[in-house]
Amino acid sequence: MTEERTYIGKRTPGLDEKDKVLGNVIYADDFTLPGMLHAKVFRATKPSAIIKKLNADRARKLPGVACVLTAGDVPNNESISNVVGQTTEVGLLEARHQVLVKNRVRYYGEAIALVAADSVAAAEEAIELIEIEYEEIPGVYNPLEAMKPESPKIHGDNNIIAQWKLRKGDVKRGFAESSVIVENTYRTPRQEHAHIEPESGVSWVDDMGVINIRIATQVIEHYRDVAAVLGIPQSMVRIKGTIIGGGFGGKEDVTAEVFLGLLTWKTRKPVKLTFSREEMGYGRQKRHPYILKYKTGASKDGKLTAMEAEIISDSGAYVYLSPWVLLYSTVHSTGPYFIPNVKVDSFSVLTNNIMTSAFRGFGGMQVAFAYEAQMDEIAKKLKMDPLELRKKNFLKKGSETANYQKITSEVLLKESVEKALSALGEKSKSTETKKTGRGFACSWQSYGRMTYLHDTSSAWVGLELDGSAVVRSGIPDLGGGQRESLRAITAEILGLNIEEVHVISTDSQVTPLAGTVTATRALFMSGNAVKLASEHVLDIITKKASEMLNTSVKELSLKNKTVYTTGGGSIPLVKVIKQCAAEGTMPQSLATYKAPFTDPVKTEVIKDPVFADFTFGAQAAEVEVDTETGIVTILKYASAQDIGRAINVNRVEGQIEGGAAQGIGFGLMEDYIEEKGIPLTLNLATYLIPTSKDIPDIQSIILESKSGKGPFGAKGIGEPAITAAAPALISAICDAIGVRIKHIPATPERVYRAVHDKN
Amino acid sequence: MGEKEYYNIKLTVNGKVVTGSVRAEISLLDFLRDNNYIEVKKGCDKGDCGACTVLIDGKATVSCLTSALQAQGKNIYTLKSLGSWDKLHPLQKAFVKYEALQCGFCTPGMLMTAKALLDTNPHPARESIKEAISGNLCRCTGYRKIVDAIEAVGRGEL
Repeated sequence: MTEERTYIGKRTPGLDEKDKVLGNVIYADDFTLPGMLHAKVFRATKPSAIIKKLNADRARKLPGVACVLTAGDVPNNESISNVVGQTTEVGLLEARHQVLVKNRVRYYGEAIALVAADSVAAAEEAIELIEIEYEEIPGVYNPLEAMKPESPKIHGDNNIIAQWKLRKGDVKRGFAESSVIVENTYRTPRQEHAHIEPESGVSWVDDMGVINIRIATQVIEHYRDVAAVLGIPQSMVRIKGTIIGGGFGGKEDVTAEVFLGLLTWKTRKPVKLTFSREEMGYGRQKRHPYILKYKTGASKDGKLTAMEAEIISDSGAYVYLSPWVLLYSTVHSTGPYFIPNVKVDSFSVLTNNIMTSAFRGFGGMQVAFAYEAQMDEIAKKLKMDPLELRKKNFLKKGSETANYQKITSEVLLKESVEKALSALGEKSKSTETKKTGRGFACSWQSYGRMTYLHDTSSAWVGLELDGSAVVRSGIPDLGGGQRESLRAITAEILGLNIEEVHVISTDSQVTPLAGTVTATRALFMSGNAVKLASEHVLDIITKKASEMLNTSVKELSLKNKTVYTTGGGSIPLVKVIKQCAAEGTMPQSLATYKAPFTDPVKTEVIKDPVFADFTFGAQAAEVEVDTETGIVTILKYASAQDIGRAINVNRVEGQIEGGAAQGIGFGLMEDYIEEKGIPLTLNLATYLIPTSKDIPDIQSIILESKSGKGPFGAKGIGEPAITAAAPALISAICDAIGVRIKHIPATPERVYRAVHDKN
Repeated sequence: MGEKEYYNIKLTVNGKVVTGSVRAEISLLDFLRDNNYIEVKKGCDKGDCGACTVLIDGKATVSCLTSALQAQGKNIYTLKSLGSWDKLHPLQKAFVKYEALQCGFCTPGMLMTAKALLDTNPHPARESIKEAISGNLCRCTGYRKIVDAIEAVGRGEL
């Protein structure tokens, strides 16, 4: 039986949308302070070199320049972080980073110096006046080359900086028992986040000596990184997040925080730093390009018997989140299927390419491209319907994955595929040169961070004297309605009108830390925290009301600012609050939600649960391939996702459709191209992302198993929405032209070649 | 480097006369933002993303590729000309109703392109809408809800 809810599961209007359509939102770059300086970053124009000479004297002397900082000016320029579970088999046990290049440049675009001046023009001119001489040294740009012992080393003595393994059953025996075996190598592109808002922020020192940084970030906890670089207490740095103009993981690692902190700390003046679009290209992390070698076997009746894979990830020149992205890939590499015998070896490899790190999907979508292509190929060999094959192998609630983790929620994959396919309707007809085809793909994607990280999220909820409520949560609002969901949850629990709930978020000195808006964890973690705090406030109110009404708590409910008894009695909420205040028991609560905890990963072999839960879904596409040009047009598209429970239907659709669109870009057009470390796709004229003409009307289908670990049974949807897009499209193209594209994006050139090489 | 030359310009922004002294290379986008028209967004500064779209003499134009000097004597309209808190423009109402935005950063440019479209083609077909906004990149929504919203205004729903 479904309990009727006022706000949960409805199309709640957005709290900031009116300001967004009116142009009232003050985004990061829109903010200014009196006397503010403007900063620019001086960046390397070689991918692999030693700095022989660096002279900023002329820049420093330029009128209007307040300061020029180089590596020697940074108190703690180098930092290290531990990569868990790794033994001596890999290179760097501790990931090394530098704020500014001290000596050796490892990628084109690496930051070397910072300038702050009283105008943008002066800062730009100062950058031009910095003199530099390089000595180029051999670099390595191909991860396969970089893995060889004789290749140039990027940091220590081994370019492999992380490796993970899955070991289950006996693959030899599994393949021996197979009737069909499919072996393929797949490649995926280096995708750029391409959020429309550049990285940007403004910093200042306040009258308490605290460094304030107002910035577009997915992680306000980076105040700790600023403090570490400056060597000052963490309590003396504040990150105040803004409404973010898109992130997708691109604003997860430190963006401008540390540069701003340094410049403000040196000048004691407000400073603004906004990256240019080109800088967003060569100065920022991308999605890891992967090489995936897969071997999959199945029995005659379509039961998967064994899977063996080697996964190689190009990490670029610095570690960042590469080991963890790779861990995600490894765990998800089997797809949402039960396979008795599994052997996976994955490697994260340093090169002199642009660094790679978090991006929506976080290692889940590269492997999805491979495992779904394998399923289609097995189905073809067995002459079996691809859905029938999958149905024989889907994970179920209670199944054990290849890392020995039990699935604890419902798995509605069959339903997802059927709904997505039926949403496509009648199949369009092919012509002589325009071939239509259909395909689908399934995905699983964890939500919430890795459980050994012991993730927590805190929130504060309190009632004002008039019965309105305030929610404080550190969670940043990425545009996905993060604050709105919290508002709906509190309004639901406390029986308030949603307009009476105010959410204060994303300020490290004001809001309880809620953790990052990443890893599809915002609703799961902060939603649960706000629910806990709201329920505690409700307890305080009903306990007090029970005393005042002389009845038991069980008989009370709170609605419309009134506490009702089952027997028809009532008392206004305001009266109860006043009584609470008079007695000093304020109706407020600071609650912390703790995600399921597991022990730390101890070895490269992943043999313990790593994630709290997974979201399962499917995407389906109908395409038309022009065999004369190789151009792929998507005619119809549907995505069906079991999101557990929709908190706000509008926002769930937004995630499903936006995720599909970004996944379509990954599958068909996006690739950040570098030639020997030199970037060639620096702006949105050369790095193409989907426009309104590339994306069909995406049909979003919401399934609700109510079996998730989020509030009200919700699962997460931010990342799962993107995962199955590319394999669905490639499957559709294969259906149209009879050839499988194994190297995405499926650009017109690649599709044309596929068509014509076949003939 | 010699002294940079400055030119006096005078234009009308949202019905109000704005004057300034600018160098030749200053874009209309930077001029507008420097004059606190911060609703005009800078996404790429190269004419590729459309976030800075304004109306110049009624035509949707990327202000980053327009020099401030070119705007001399022109009538410029930014998002702030559309509606107010108490009286949203039908397009603004539709964007809220259809949730045609997420992060909101492309919205100012998207709305101005939609305004220019409806001014010349009040009842556009879906394909015409997609064509018209194809220069305005949105990375969040997948566009369907944006097209729905503009279409709804076209059929007089709001």
